[in-house]
Amino acid sequence: MTPSLLTVEHLSMRFGGLTAVDDLSFDAGDKQITAIIGPNGAGKTTVFNCLTGFYPPTVGRLLVTIDSEKFQLERMEGFRIAREARVARTFQNIRLFPQMSVLENLVVAQHNPLMKASLFSVAGLLGLPVYKTAEASAVEKARNWLDRIGLTSRADWDAGNLPYGDQRRLEIARAMCTDPVLLCLDEPAAGLNPRESAELNNLLLSIRDDDGIGVLLIEHDMSVVMGISDKIIVLDYGRKIADGNPETVRNDPTVIRAYLGDEETPVDSAYD
Amino acid sequence: MRQDWFATLKESALTAAVAAALMLPLIGLYTSTKAGGLAIGTRWTELAIGVVLIFLGRFALLRIQNGDRLIPLIGGAIVMIVGFLLPLPNGLLTVCCIAGGAIVFLRCCLAWVTGNLGLEAEKQPIAARTQAFLKKYGLWLGLAVLVFAIIFPWLPFVDRRFIDLATLVLIYVMLGWGLNIVVGLAGLLDLGYVAFYAIGAYSFALLSSNYDMSFWACLPVAAMLAAFLGILLGFPVLRLRGDYLAIVTLGFGEMIRIILINWVDFTKGPDGISGIPKPTFFGLSFSRRPPEDTESFHQFFDLQYASVDRIIFLFYVVLGLALLTNAFILRIRKLPIGRAWEALREDEIACRSLGLNPTNIKLSAFALGAMFGGLAGAVFAARQSFISPESFTFIESAIILAIVVLGGMGSQVGVAIAAVLLIGLPEWFRELQEYRMLAFGALMVAIMVWRPRGLLSFREPTLRLHDDDSGLSR
Amino acid sequence: MEYFLQQLINGVTLGAIYGLIAIGYTMVYGIIGMINFAHGEIFMIGAFVALISFLILGVTGGIPIPLVLLIVLLIGMCLTAVYGWALERVAYRPLRGSPRLAALISAIGMSIVLQNYVQLSQGARVKTLQPVIEGGFKIMQSGNFTVVLSYMQIIIVIVTVSLMAAFWTIIAKTALGRAQRACEQDRTMASLLGIDVDKTISITFILGASLAAVAGMMVTLYYGVIDFYVGFLAGIKAFTAAVLGGIGSIPGAMLGGLLIGLIEAFWSGYFSIEYKDVAAFSILVLVLVFRPSGLLGRPEVEKV
Repeated sequence: MTPSLLTVEHLSMRFGGLTAVDDLSFDAGDKQITAIIGPNGAGKTTVFNCLTGFYPPTVGRLLVTIDSEKFQLERMEGFRIAREARVARTFQNIRLFPQMSVLENLVVAQHNPLMKASLFSVAGLLGLPVYKTAEASAVEKARNWLDRIGLTSRADWDAGNLPYGDQRRLEIARAMCTDPVLLCLDEPAAGLNPRESAELNNLLLSIRDDDGIGVLLIEHDMSVVMGISDKIIVLDYGRKIADGNPETVRNDPTVIRAYLGDEETPVDSAYD
Repeated sequence: MRQDWFATLKESALTAAVAAALMLPLIGLYTSTKAGGLAIGTRWTELAIGVVLIFLGRFALLRIQNGDRLIPLIGGAIVMIVGFLLPLPNGLLTVCCIAGGAIVFLRCCLAWVTGNLGLEAEKQPIAARTQAFLKKYGLWLGLAVLVFAIIFPWLPFVDRRFIDLATLVLIYVMLGWGLNIVVGLAGLLDLGYVAFYAIGAYSFALLSSNYDMSFWACLPVAAMLAAFLGILLGFPVLRLRGDYLAIVTLGFGEMIRIILINWVDFTKGPDGISGIPKPTFFGLSFSRRPPEDTESFHQFFDLQYASVDRIIFLFYVVLGLALLTNAFILRIRKLPIGRAWEALREDEIACRSLGLNPTNIKLSAFALGAMFGGLAGAVFAARQSFISPESFTFIESAIILAIVVLGGMGSQVGVAIAAVLLIGLPEWFRELQEYRMLAFGALMVAIMVWRPRGLLSFREPTLRLHDDDSGLSR
Repeated sequence: MEYFLQQLINGVTLGAIYGLIAIGYTMVYGIIGMINFAHGEIFMIGAFVALISFLILGVTGGIPIPLVLLIVLLIGMCLTAVYGWALERVAYRPLRGSPRLAALISAIGMSIVLQNYVQLSQGARVKTLQPVIEGGFKIMQSGNFTVVLSYMQIIIVIVTVSLMAAFWTIIAKTALGRAQRACEQDRTMASLLGIDVDKTISITFILGASLAAVAGMMVTLYYGVIDFYVGFLAGIKAFTAAVLGGIGSIPGAMLGGLLIGLIEAFWSGYFSIEYKDVAAFSILVLVLVFRPSGLLGRPEVEKV
């Protein structure tokens, strides 16, 4: 059996006396959308922060396997996780480079290959063709992504001047420009209107199917979660209380209780 | 309307009262050294005139705000004339009188012009128009400035002092561009930039006086040493942000200066190093009588000896270095490393999540910024022929930073304009020597209040997908 | 041992003065998040106002010394506070909401203006004041070295401690203190809740300036020598103290001031007087490397 793309084993994260994540284990597969859901404060973003190297986990193992090469994320610095283990992420409160143009945002994401092509700026300073072709292909890749998220006409805008929904999509495109094998999205649908949400669904499905990478998703919007996830993990107070496909999770009594106390309302309308 | 006048009068009186409280202890009274210690003296006339001036100034400005043009205009003119004609007891008062009157007068004229043309002086359109203008004619403008700079020493009204001043301005332009990498592009607040300037100057001075190395051999060494020091300083402060970084860099600058003062065996301490050689033209010196076995510039080219040649040559050397700096920075800004600096300024966390190594990016910014500081320092030592720790105080760092911020961070042209404004203008008004620094400080405050984002603050993307402006939103 | 004790006494005195100036930095930083670069100059103006008041009262003569001290203290605090207020009004208020660097530059500009203003109006020469309070307790004697605790040092420490206590009460207990803390946390929200933000910030500057005035008076009395340039170094040291203690934290400023004072006193006592500033800055760098937000500062939480 080939190992999953991401394997999380016994992850715990404590801040002082507070246990934000408690002995969590799960896998996320290649070419799959895995959603992590749970009430506010359940520790979802903390899991992301451990995965992407912003906090060193208190205990646990975070393993990414690319073509049988293994990366232990808990031992890597944040930028190495993105560069070598190829885990990219977006943020709950968008973190674009607001005073740089949309195109520049996407090109910065390709920094490492471009830096190599420019021979650490030497070739670039001399204007050698090696660098020029590399830059042209970086722009081409960025353009391709702009087409996919429908922002080609606004490529030269300052990213900070884009409407909210466009900023969300741009952040996803920027993460994708790093050539990830695993894309972690922190509430990508927050603040989107229903039409934008539907577009987001299509974008995520196309990332899974056309780019063939794994997606890890934190989301409250159940129309997104239930519509596109292949697998759902439910957290409450830092513990995993259920996992499985959307159908199983939807009907799991523990999940319903965690979200709603003991009321009899279905999960769908709990968090719109 | 009557209400209006009353409110204005009241406000002006209040301002005058505060001014009186401010000036009472330090202008109304003064200490003088007498035989048995300090004695106290009074200057009530000065105090009174000062308070009246402030009252009038405030009143006039408030009237202008209320749409009154004529009265302040006449008032300003009268005060200005009084300043010229009346022998006031103190030079400073005369200056204040004339300058204050002039400011009110000009402000009125400005209000008149913009008001009557229906262009209420909104700042946004002006900025946008400047941007459009620069975009269209920027290249030509740059060429024009370049041509002007090249023929500058040969212009009829330009004398020796003027060329020397232009050289100094160019040194500050280089310093500003160098610091711009650190502050403007990478967003790291460095208050100790003078340290690198000092290292550059002292490397050249010491190498040439101890090992007889020439300017051209020392130049790369000075740059390398400064860059190395930049990395050395960078390491401990990598984790620090904003103001913590500012104070540590400030401390670093002061430490270098203290070491320069106290390490007498090596640096000759507060006395400084003199007799620093000037750059040579491919080995040809500019002295009237060169040492045995060597030829000097005028002999080789069979010219009449002129002592100004040396200054003109130095001007061209600095101009060349400045152009090189400019080309380098313009180019590197469009490379991955340049974009990474700016991305780091915008959001360090996002950078890490995209696989950018903040350590390397910050260190490269520090190193390159320091390198240009070192180059400028070596040139400065060559211009002065004499350096001492006094030239490298905190105020120098502040001036360089002011050039960067006033110019509009990240803008090369803005930095150059600010350097001319801050270094060139005050030197030009040398007659007012005593009040020069006072005016300098006031200018810094005034420009910041007038344009908090700097003179030229717009940013041109380093890459464009569309050629026209259709995609630009402001 | 005796030498150590003497340096300790000197260090604590110096530290008290640094602490007073540092509080001004830290309060302003807390409320508007900016380095008030001209604060050192405010301290210098306080010293000059104190010097001039002493001279005037000295000429009048016949007033008992404690009363002279009190009057000078009050005059100095009031007049210097006006400078603090005017500084905020001219150089900071128009720049609220502008990039932080703009305010920094305008503050540096203001500091240059104030320095040159005093130089022009009072002359560039060093001013020397005859000692007003002389003598002290001889605490310990060994051989020909006597440990002296001068009356002046006692006054400095007592005044500093009582002022800091008063301050502490203001910040912790009064409505003004609450308003200040509210503005620190969220200025927009504070103004929505009916706090006059402009006024609160003005008062912060006034309070900081009056503390700096006290420090200025102490320096004038203690050293008896001032010139227009004293503000720069004292300002940098006090700012270092504020950062060392954790900027924004008032106990941090006191602790930092004390530490810087002690480091300076011991370094110049045991090693070399020339490099005492280098020592102070090096310790600052060391502390910041291990505790990036200072000794008592709240660590900045990276919110992602």
